[in-house]
Amino acid sequence: MYSPEIVIEALLNGLMLGAIYALIALGLTLIYGVLHIVNFAHGALLTVAMFAVWVLSARFGMDPYLSIAIVAPLMFAFGYVLQRFIIGPASHGKDNSILLVTLGLSIIIENALLAGFQSDTRTINTDYSFRVVEIGPLLLSFPRVVGLGVTVLTTLLLWLVLNRTDTGKAIRAVAKEKLGASLVGISVPHVYAMTFAIGCACLAVAAGLLMPSFYVSPKTGAAFVLVAFTIVVLGGMGSVPGALIGGLLIGLVEAASGLFFGDSLGQIGIFLIFIVVLLFKPTGLFGVQQ
Amino acid sequence: MTGRGLLPVAAAVAVLAVIPFLGISGSLLNLMIFMMIIALAAQGWNVLGGYGGLSSFGHAAFFGVGAYAMAILQARYGLNAWLALVIGIALGALFGAFIGFLSFRSGLKGSYFALVTLAFAEVARILANSANFTGGAAGTILNLQSGVAFLQFADRRVFLLVVLAFVAIGLLATWWLEHSRFGAYLVALRENDQAAQALGVDVFTVKLKAIALSAALTAASGCLYAQDYLFVDANIAFGSWISIEALFAAIVGGAGTVLGPLIGAIVLLGLGELTKGLSGGIPGLDLLVFGVILVLCVAFSPNGLVTLLRRLGIERRGFPAKTAKEA
Repeated sequence: MYSPEIVIEALLNGLMLGAIYALIALGLTLIYGVLHIVNFAHGALLTVAMFAVWVLSARFGMDPYLSIAIVAPLMFAFGYVLQRFIIGPASHGKDNSILLVTLGLSIIIENALLAGFQSDTRTINTDYSFRVVEIGPLLLSFPRVVGLGVTVLTTLLLWLVLNRTDTGKAIRAVAKEKLGASLVGISVPHVYAMTFAIGCACLAVAAGLLMPSFYVSPKTGAAFVLVAFTIVVLGGMGSVPGALIGGLLIGLVEAASGLFFGDSLGQIGIFLIFIVVLLFKPTGLFGVQQ
Repeated sequence: MTGRGLLPVAAAVAVLAVIPFLGISGSLLNLMIFMMIIALAAQGWNVLGGYGGLSSFGHAAFFGVGAYAMAILQARYGLNAWLALVIGIALGALFGAFIGFLSFRSGLKGSYFALVTLAFAEVARILANSANFTGGAAGTILNLQSGVAFLQFADRRVFLLVVLAFVAIGLLATWWLEHSRFGAYLVALRENDQAAQALGVDVFTVKLKAIALSAALTAASGCLYAQDYLFVDANIAFGSWISIEALFAAIVGGAGTVLGPLIGAIVLLGLGELTKGLSGGIPGLDLLVFGVILVLCVAFSPNGLVTLLRRLGIERRGFPAKTAKEA
């Protein structure tokens, strides 16, 4: 059996990876909470952000953490345009159509990246990619410690935006009562697009945090998309605290099952949780009964 | 009413049966076989997604069960190919009923149903990729043995006819669906399942039968795929590509119509092949085209190409266009 240090280290590293998962799920759950759509293109949009970070690093030698400052506004704008001018008009407000349009978009994005960048996996080498932080007897991966810190900061920032700004107020109003919000003069398509844009900006932050220790290929996002859905369903569709706790839990589960069953079977734990939650408690831990 | 609707179905099958004997090239023949296999998978998707309104994102689960059953039963247990085909279809239907039982008991529909089917297909993929029974990551190879008993033919046109026969069965099954009480129940619960239930439709049983039929057709497609390529691995059998192509073909052609999936498969794969040829083999470009077509279809012709063609045809002859409800 493993020594307790190895188990605790693995679980802590899993917890910190879970924080980045949570950041990805945060955008997904926010979009669901306001627009009531399952954004199937979320994984593909993460891949776009990761490629953007990679290009900035490979072409201009920019540090992946610093590149968030450029990629986040770009992803914000991209998300806004996507929702306002493509997803919204093309789906005529029908649930099933939205699902199909976002599925179509994910295929388009994934394969456009495949045509542009080929299927090679790409990494960024920084001098801190493999650095470890020593805390007592424990060795923790430096990029993951940073990931945890930045996730907490981003969540706080998001909370401030949602609770302390007019845009945030409008977003919460539309989430609660769409018709009422539009009656008092809030432009619902604009708020939808803003929400989608914020979700995409979260992805940019996640991309910057992932790239120093992870790789990107056109298919990378697809690997994250089911994990992100699992987190969102586990935490409760539309619930922000649910996404955070769900993310940390999933990180733990992945680390534990990876440790005991090996990497290839490790993912099964996540999907089984997903299926069980969907079948027996589709509202998740913090979701509201629809 | 009864016999007339079958005329276009018979015509389509007859045309497709004649084409291979017009001296087409080997690669075109291969493309046709592949088109028919995807059409069959899409017909399966259409029963549940088109008529029942339950969009599955994981029909690979049924395709894969069929493909693996075909491969393992023959390669490992030396079973007769036709028997393996029947068992493969039955196992697919059973797996469909199993997933359906769990999901419909919990009342899953819409995006929740789409996600849970996707997760089932992924679990199947990971298990097939690591179990010894399926040949693990190396996959399972079928022996090359020519002969009717082995469902392998020296003349590939014969194999095309076999696949086409299954597509014809799929067309007939869908046509039956449109004219049977069962199909009417299914459409009723698509439009409003609470109202259907209030009127006395046993919603759970109808959905269960629909997913079993849907899975059986897609499993048959998986069986024929394995038989055609004589090789199966987890990423082929349970990969998301087949879930996506089955769904795309049905929706682009016209979900909830008899000929839609067949037309969708021919149009999509034809365009995909054309893109591959024109672009000189840039990877992913054909799928990119699929995605664009899907989004355009949902935006401008939500009822698919079939309805679009029908509308154009009727309008030209001076009749008012059929609305989606009537069609």
